[in-house]
Amino acid sequence: MASIHLTVNGKPYAVDTDPQTSLLSVLREQLDLTGSKYGCGEGQCGACTVLLDGKAQRSCITRVGAVSQRLITTIEGLANGEHLHPVQEAFLEAGAMQCGYCTSGMIMSAVALLQRNPSPGVGEIVNFMDGNVCRCGTYPRIVSAIQKAAKVASAASAAKGAGR
Amino acid sequence: MSEKTLPRVPMEPERYELAAAAPYHFDLGRREFFKFLGAGLLVVSVLKPAVIAQESGGARRRGDSLPKEIDAWLHVAESGTVTVYTGKAEMGQNIRTSLSQAVAEELHVPIESIDMVMGDTQLTPFDMGTFGSRTTPTMNLQLRKVAAAAREMMIGLAAAQWQTDRQHLVAADGKVTDPQNKRSVEYAALTKGQQLTQTVTPETPLIPAANWKVAGRSALKVDGRDFVTGRHRYPSDQKLPAMLYGKVLRPPSFGATLLSLETQKAEQMGATAVHDGNFVGVAAASTELAVAAIAAIHAEWKSEPQPSSKELFDYLRKNTVEGKDPTGDGDRYDLGAVDQALSSADHRLQQTYTVSYIAHTPLEPRAALAKWDGDHLTVWTGTQRPFGVRGQLAEAFRIPEEQVRVLMPDTGSGYGGKHTGETAIEAARLARSAKRPVKLVWTREEEFTWAYFRPAGVIDVTSGVRSDGTITAWEFHNYNSGSAGIRTYYEIPNQRIVFHAVNSPLRQGSYRALAATANHFARESHMDEMAHTVKMDSLEFRLKNLKDERLRAVFEAAAKQFGWGKSKAAGQGFGMGGGYEKLGNIATFAEVHVDRQSGDMKVVRVVSAFECGAIVNPDGLRNQIEGSNVQGLGGALFEAIEFDNGKVLNGRMSEYRVPRFSDVPVLETVLLDRKDIPSVGAGECPMIGLAPAIANAIFDATGVRLRSLPLVPNGLKTT
Repeated sequence: MASIHLTVNGKPYAVDTDPQTSLLSVLREQLDLTGSKYGCGEGQCGACTVLLDGKAQRSCITRVGAVSQRLITTIEGLANGEHLHPVQEAFLEAGAMQCGYCTSGMIMSAVALLQRNPSPGVGEIVNFMDGNVCRCGTYPRIVSAIQKAAKVASAASAAKGAGR
Repeated sequence: MSEKTLPRVPMEPERYELAAAAPYHFDLGRREFFKFLGAGLLVVSVLKPAVIAQESGGARRRGDSLPKEIDAWLHVAESGTVTVYTGKAEMGQNIRTSLSQAVAEELHVPIESIDMVMGDTQLTPFDMGTFGSRTTPTMNLQLRKVAAAAREMMIGLAAAQWQTDRQHLVAADGKVTDPQNKRSVEYAALTKGQQLTQTVTPETPLIPAANWKVAGRSALKVDGRDFVTGRHRYPSDQKLPAMLYGKVLRPPSFGATLLSLETQKAEQMGATAVHDGNFVGVAAASTELAVAAIAAIHAEWKSEPQPSSKELFDYLRKNTVEGKDPTGDGDRYDLGAVDQALSSADHRLQQTYTVSYIAHTPLEPRAALAKWDGDHLTVWTGTQRPFGVRGQLAEAFRIPEEQVRVLMPDTGSGYGGKHTGETAIEAARLARSAKRPVKLVWTREEEFTWAYFRPAGVIDVTSGVRSDGTITAWEFHNYNSGSAGIRTYYEIPNQRIVFHAVNSPLRQGSYRALAATANHFARESHMDEMAHTVKMDSLEFRLKNLKDERLRAVFEAAAKQFGWGKSKAAGQGFGMGGGYEKLGNIATFAEVHVDRQSGDMKVVRVVSAFECGAIVNPDGLRNQIEGSNVQGLGGALFEAIEFDNGKVLNGRMSEYRVPRFSDVPVLETVLLDRKDIPSVGAGECPMIGLAPAIANAIFDATGVRLRSLPLVPNGLKTT
């Protein structure tokens, strides 16, 4: 047991746990951030995806001891108050979910993708997202949601640029 | 079955995992209702089997009691909030949304003002379970009736208040309006201070589908925001103060018996160890500690030799339980004289088709949180049958069902795989010994091994066909995979169709579309084989032998959208499959591309035409059809459980391939909206045409006929 300092969604936390414990367990059991889901425990389904310094990471195979210096973002930290992130908004509008259990991980992966490339083509979306499983089969809707979010974001940044 | 006769209790024969639950009737006094709900208007819908209705004199009630056979109810509170109670469960079919639409439509209230209470055995009326695509044809209709009765009552109350003829009044947007005198009153104001009850009667007028304003249009998931923000609490997210985490010690193989056990080390680690018969588990302060405690338990087991997936199909044929099958009349169907027709046919064809066991792999594995208060048990769990699980818990702990409450938070999918309560029982057993609430979430490996599978099966088809393409004889034997969709919808004068129940080597049960997938795969593949034998076009051959107009309509609509008959490039193949299941009609056309050198096979495009009566939520319907096709790709192409000697050999996500983004073809959906036909479900039927469509397309591309599902678990070797 050790006290580990974490920064999650901009907030500092100190947790007493074995550094070998998975980040997912700590998020869910100790910090009560249950938006990140357990799906397979071996990084194969993406339901547990969080952002580490802006990059997509499978929290079920990430040891908590390894991430104390990193900025962790979970689905709970994505919206700005009641103002949803464009990717969240796009998932809602595209009806890109059925049971919704994969949705947190899908959204976090999509956010990471758009940070890397703000306007990915379908091929890049499919490649990047291929590690995230949706058993309900809403993949085509998720692809459209990501495209939609990319458009919104690029329109917003264009507007910002024009305003300068 | 005609679309007008909707059976009350839809229990397909092959739902092996379902114990026959005694029908249980909710019983609550009127006074208790209002004590719980507050004043306002309560409308109930009553299950009314003809005999009971006659004996009890219809809907009239005396005194303070409410009818016992309630299947849904709705309450309009003094605040105007509409709360709807149904025992149905939400796991991604989006019935919370489509049922809300139905209520909003009939009651004339905004969809946002509706609160839908679902799948809570204490608060909602008894429901057999959420399966068999029954929610839309039954519950949707019941709730429409309930909401319509509430609307009529509101109009009546307003008419009385204004002392005017109700014919002049209009209900809209949560208000009753008198347009002539330019006055209106909110529903909330009409019920103020009163406790009103109303029972739905057959005379309650429903709004015809052609006039729908809310239903019949696309609606987004009503609580979608909770899902995109991570706020929704699934069963595995539930939490209680002082809760412990559970873990179960699994035997090394199916059916193994415990010989010896040493749990001292686990207890020294601070875990509560529980040993009860063949059950061994622990409860501890964290999942990590529970896992470590289980690892510290020393147990010896005795295993029995068991068959392997390599010899599966031979085993199924040899282990039938003829005569002992509990399925009743689903077993056998005879028409005309099959043997004579087969021997006199121009062409006689005999083929065998097989399907493997597959796993539902719901992304949320089984989970339960159990809490005891004395002899009263409360369990939050992900199940399609909260009332069934309540019965299982009552039986396991030998307590009356009244002392068990099961709540079903909207769950991370089921696909027919969450009918049973094993996790609930395990969590409750641990909680009883630990004297604290216990949450148990199965690991993916447990879900792959200790849940149940879609039945594997062997299907033998023998057919006789005339050279002009008329089918004259049809013999169809299904071993184990089940009898859903076993009957042919093609016009054949001589038929023998038999389902053979088998002692399954693995625990098996329901799956989305059930055996209809296997039976349609065999039938629709064989249709292509016959068409090829008589050198006829596949579509022409089907239509020649098909009278059912609804089915013809979907085949024709899909063919048109697909462009059936267009020319092909090298490696390209086209195929179709379709049928009738759960009152819906589907035709699926597939385009594949095969690389003969590498053996790569890709499903490029899938066109589905579907008709399920009057459409309630077009976008939700498209979502279900697309999802059926995507999920169906797995069972069609590569999913199969491998097992040997009581062990699953590929029970991990890294070893069991499910469809991913890169597997998805272009999906095109054609919806046939029949406003003149009552709405039926759509979660299952759209899946059944896909596998034969792909198999037929592969044959079209390569001349290779694949007769086993999955079709290409290791790619396609054509050389």
